[in-house]
Amino acid sequence: MMKPRIAIFDFACCEGCQLQIVNMEDELLSLLEHVQPVEWREAMSDQSDDYDIAIVEGSITREEDADRLREIRKRAKTMIALGACATLGGVNKLKNLFELQEVKTEVYGESANLPILETARVQALHEVVDVDYRVEGCPIDAAELTYVIKCLLIGRTPVAPNYPVCVECKLHENVCRYEYDEICLGPITRAGCGARCPSNAYWCFGCRGPVDEPNVHAATQVMEQYGKSVEDLKVKLALFGTQ
Amino acid sequence: MPTATTKTIDINVRHVTRLEGHGNIVVRAKDGVIEKNEWQVPEAPRFFEAMVRGRSFEDIQTVVSRICGICSVTHSFAALKAIEDAMDIEVSPQTSMLRLLTHYGEQLESHALHVGYLVAPDLLNQKSVVPLATTHADLVKTIVEIHRVGNLVMEKTAGRKTHPIRLLPGGFSMLPSEAELRELMQALEDTLPRLEALAAAIADVSGKLPSFERDTEYVALVNPPTYPFYEGQIGSTDIEALTPVADFESVVNEYVHPQSTAKWCKWHRESYAVGALARYNLNADYLQPAAASAANSLGLTKGVCNPFLNNVAQVVESFQVVERSLQLIDVLLSTGITEERPRVTPKAGVGVGGVEAPRGILFHKYEFDDDGICIRANLCIPTNQNHANIQLDFEAFVPQIIDREQDEVRHLMEMLVRSYDPCISCSTHFLNVEFI
Repeated sequence: MMKPRIAIFDFACCEGCQLQIVNMEDELLSLLEHVQPVEWREAMSDQSDDYDIAIVEGSITREEDADRLREIRKRAKTMIALGACATLGGVNKLKNLFELQEVKTEVYGESANLPILETARVQALHEVVDVDYRVEGCPIDAAELTYVIKCLLIGRTPVAPNYPVCVECKLHENVCRYEYDEICLGPITRAGCGARCPSNAYWCFGCRGPVDEPNVHAATQVMEQYGKSVEDLKVKLALFGTQ
Repeated sequence: MPTATTKTIDINVRHVTRLEGHGNIVVRAKDGVIEKNEWQVPEAPRFFEAMVRGRSFEDIQTVVSRICGICSVTHSFAALKAIEDAMDIEVSPQTSMLRLLTHYGEQLESHALHVGYLVAPDLLNQKSVVPLATTHADLVKTIVEIHRVGNLVMEKTAGRKTHPIRLLPGGFSMLPSEAELRELMQALEDTLPRLEALAAAIADVSGKLPSFERDTEYVALVNPPTYPFYEGQIGSTDIEALTPVADFESVVNEYVHPQSTAKWCKWHRESYAVGALARYNLNADYLQPAAASAANSLGLTKGVCNPFLNNVAQVVESFQVVERSLQLIDVLLSTGITEERPRVTPKAGVGVGGVEAPRGILFHKYEFDDDGICIRANLCIPTNQNHANIQLDFEAFVPQIIDREQDEVRHLMEMLVRSYDPCISCSTHFLNVEFI
């Protein structure tokens, strides 16, 4: 049986999610027995024009990148969006809170209007093309990517948890971050990370995006119980691109 | 100087491989005359300095950590130091030691990644580390183990390998246990012989590194009698005097080059270099024993100006950070870990943080209002500071190799760029050039 051809691409991002693939170390070598990497600019010098699975990290911030993404979509049977920048827009989306011209002037001053400094509203991948699977998180957990790839190899549909981080937090027996006067996005954020941040005594900042139908009523109750407002919550939500 | 030839070359490398971020090399020559010789950066700018405005000081570290996946700890520390500077927040000696330990972990991880995964293939005639796993199995295993220990240190001290969780203005949200520190100590001790093996392997192929020299100004943190990564003032190989980090804007002097729209940096010359070689040239006197010995056996001496030796300096620094980490853990274990967690009241102010990223000196500057909301930011990235130097290296190097086969020229240019260990995603928070 032919090994599926995998290509890895990135757009506007920090490349931290690809780094998690590198961090797989021995497991990566084992994975490579089942898939054939044909293009991965950060780590390899090989290049290719056709692939079965395209793994894409990063957000779309320019028209030329949207074009490049559409080209990749045409050549790939399956596309996996890797990490918050690709699935949600990530921290890059903070730029959307400002007027584009103002952002350019703030950073480039009088050079702001050069054509090559063109920038557009930040988009997650699914706002430009159809995405088949999403691996959430900032950064991703390589185990989740491995899970998705394994599912694809054996013809099974990958399933992402659709319950909030609070569930995993309670399973870890953490004391709720609200008890520490913090605003935690756990009640509405998609689990799958093992409530990693609250388990490190740090509030959840929602890098995995919201569950499909967040229980806004319950979240509001929690805010009220601890003397926080929904406005406070919205300010925190903006950090990784959840609107 | 090479004699005039009929050499015509057309090199157009779009998105150099085995590099963090997107960079292009364009070299065109006709009949031996060089028409175009450029290092370009087409990476999509993300505008972090604009984006952090309106964010609470509590969230700045979370956001700016995402400037880079490989040096996320460094960005976090630059931000935290700037916030602490702006709001007069003190940190305990324990926090300083733990931060330094985390920082060393990132240096080790990043250097192992760069030298082992991204540069070694060039020295061993392969296109990536993947075939090396077959042709040089033991070496790859050694590199993987070194890389893993760097990650382990960050995981145990900061909660995660990439994008640290436990870092707060004033300290940590959670502290490692003494058992975890002992685990790290053992892992670090086991790393020294692996570094010896890596150094030996590099020494074996060091003949592959081109002997190209260009007199260069080197800039790095200086803080005698230490080899600093986290604390110090700004030093240069061109002058004796040190400059406080708060005055970094007088050092970086961003300017627009008449032939390009890239913002470059210069200080006492048309460009300067930052990174491992810069740190080595300024601080070699303060290397720990194993590091100094490695420098010796790798033929590194103070005052070298061959950019390809930056990666050799990275191997030397790997010894340095492991030796220092062992000393830090020793102190932490003797004093014991004290439970503490910072609670900070924000106030208005301006602050600057300067730290060494694996690839060079990094500055973060922020201004906050009374509620601790960020009003303004200015970030100066090490790779930004190197872009001008890379361009000038191109201009000196290409004439020296123009007579070779086009493919060899292309490969040597790529190796030159890789030697700087550029982190282009970082540098394009505010810099973008694309023109051909």
